[in-house]
Amino acid sequence: MRCWERPLIEIIRLSVNGDSHEIGVPSHYTLLETLRYVLGLTGSKQGCDKGDCGACTVLLDGLPTLSCILPVQEAIGRQVTTIEGLADPDGPHALQDALDLTGGAQCGFCTPGILMSAAALLNVNSSPTRQEIREALSGNLCRCTGYTKIYEAVELAARALREQRPPAEVLRS
Amino acid sequence: MLPNFTYERPGSVDEALEHGSSEGAVLHAGGTDLLGCLRDGVFSAKKVVSLSGLEELRGISPTRDGGLRVGALTTLTGVASDPTIAERYTVLAQAAASAASPQLRNQGTIGGNICQRPRCWYFRGDWHCLRKGGDTCYAIAGENHFHCIFGGSGCYIVHPSDTAPALQALGASVRIASRSGSRTVPIESFFLLPADDIQRENLLEPGELVTEVLLPPVASGTRSVYRKVRDRGAWDFALAGLAAVVTMPGDSVETASLVLSGVAPKPWRAAEAEGALTGARLDAETIARVVAASVAGALPLEHNGYKVALVRGLMEETLRALA
Ligand SMILES: Cc1cc2nc3c(=O)[nH]c(=O)nc-3n(C[C@@H](O)[C@@H](O)[C@H](O)COP(=O)(O)OP(=O)(O)OC[C@H]3O[C@@H](n4cnc5c(N)ncnc54)[C@H](O)[C@@H]3O)c2cc1C
Ligand code: FES
Ligand code: FES
Repeated sequence: MRCWERPLIEIIRLSVNGDSHEIGVPSHYTLLETLRYVLGLTGSKQGCDKGDCGACTVLLDGLPTLSCILPVQEAIGRQVTTIEGLADPDGPHALQDALDLTGGAQCGFCTPGILMSAAALLNVNSSPTRQEIREALSGNLCRCTGYTKIYEAVELAARALREQRPPAEVLRS
Repeated sequence: MLPNFTYERPGSVDEALEHGSSEGAVLHAGGTDLLGCLRDGVFSAKKVVSLSGLEELRGISPTRDGGLRVGALTTLTGVASDPTIAERYTVLAQAAASAASPQLRNQGTIGGNICQRPRCWYFRGDWHCLRKGGDTCYAIAGENHFHCIFGGSGCYIVHPSDTAPALQALGASVRIASRSGSRTVPIESFFLLPADDIQRENLLEPGELVTEVLLPPVASGTRSVYRKVRDRGAWDFALAGLAAVVTMPGDSVETASLVLSGVAPKPWRAAEAEGALTGARLDAETIARVVAASVAGALPLEHNGYKVALVRGLMEETLRALA
């Protein structure tokens, strides 16, 4: 890149996981690049970088969104939730525990995106059917697990949340 | 990383048209197609003009004539989950729900869906093909498994949209704004074939933008359905698809609209099949005639002859389900 082609840096305000950040970003950055390379939130993964894999999934105002094809300006004034914002201070989200217990994460590359899609599903549907889970996760590729253990994890987490018990206890019962 | 550009988010349609008319400007609705094009260098942009601040282009509302107005910025999720669309324009709800993935449907809009660029891998790749201003269509002698069997000449893309054939089967029209005013065109004449213009898929001029899609009222007793065949169960473009809208007040079909996706450079009306269906009883004999008529004039390339069989199968399955 030549010096006169230097990207225009814009100062923007972004709300991520409840924190408000004032940051300078090149105007052609995606939300994913901003999260990873400006804010240091590297949980959201850069897989295909073109909408094909779902590894970069974050929630935008609660809806699963591919941050790799979202210009960062489109996130201004909206609530961004990334995998770093899924757990609460007391411990992991039930989905995170459940995925651990069922063996639903292997290499882990797809896991942050899967968790965000699954969390959005459980926010609106506390007892999803297997088919509803499949559909909600149909935009997240996993090359390791074969998906079954991921579906089991979502079912386990849903039950744990309904019964207000830790997933490990539900599994034992 | 994306190439360098400046970003504008106008607050009104007039302002968007002003920005959109400047040299090197491209429009951004949901960006799900645009960002891929920019990243892969299919075309370039000096300025990206985002439509996302134009609230007036979002949402679904009834029109005075009993039809429906769908703002161009309505997301595919919004279209697929709208109760009126699901009930009265079922084919459109099904088409929107079948496109891409949940995340892409949350981001992608209906305006962007009908204006998206083709997925031909030569067009998307490093080849300077006819559609990009070069002098060769690499698909003719190349890997043409996913190319068209109808309407090709010079260039053999298929139109990638799932909602466009549904809209065409419903008789929708498209409202287009420019700095000199606005016009409404039937969606049938919105799309172009390579023979009309080898570098464009629709008649939008630079600086024009789609503001809404207008659906006419539906006659009572109308049944409609969208069926799509793809390589995997989700998240894929149509190898072939069929949008069917049929009215059948008694035993026989009164009107039939059959529009194919995935097989031509624009949504492809199976006119001979419609002719064979209209006025006929929906029995096995009619279905056989309609199926035969649906592939009349098909000209497959070396590797896409299977699409002829897919169209026949889609037609037969769909009509049996409607019978
Ligand atoms: C992995 C993947 C899978 C996909 N699968 C499917 C599929 O199965 N079926 C399908 O139909 N699509 C599919 N798509 C395409 C998807 O991009 C569209 O479905 C989506 O609706 C495009 O809308 P958008 O708002 O994101 O468009 P954008 O990317 O914002 O725009 C697309 C193009 O249209 C122009 N444009 C947008 N809005 C307007 C307007 N109002 N007026 C004038 N021009 C406009 C833009 O300038 C741009 O050139 C897929 C995409 C990806 C990345
Ligand atoms: S990195 Fe965004 S979809 Fe693959
Ligand atoms: S765990 Fe490896 S890709 Fe899903």
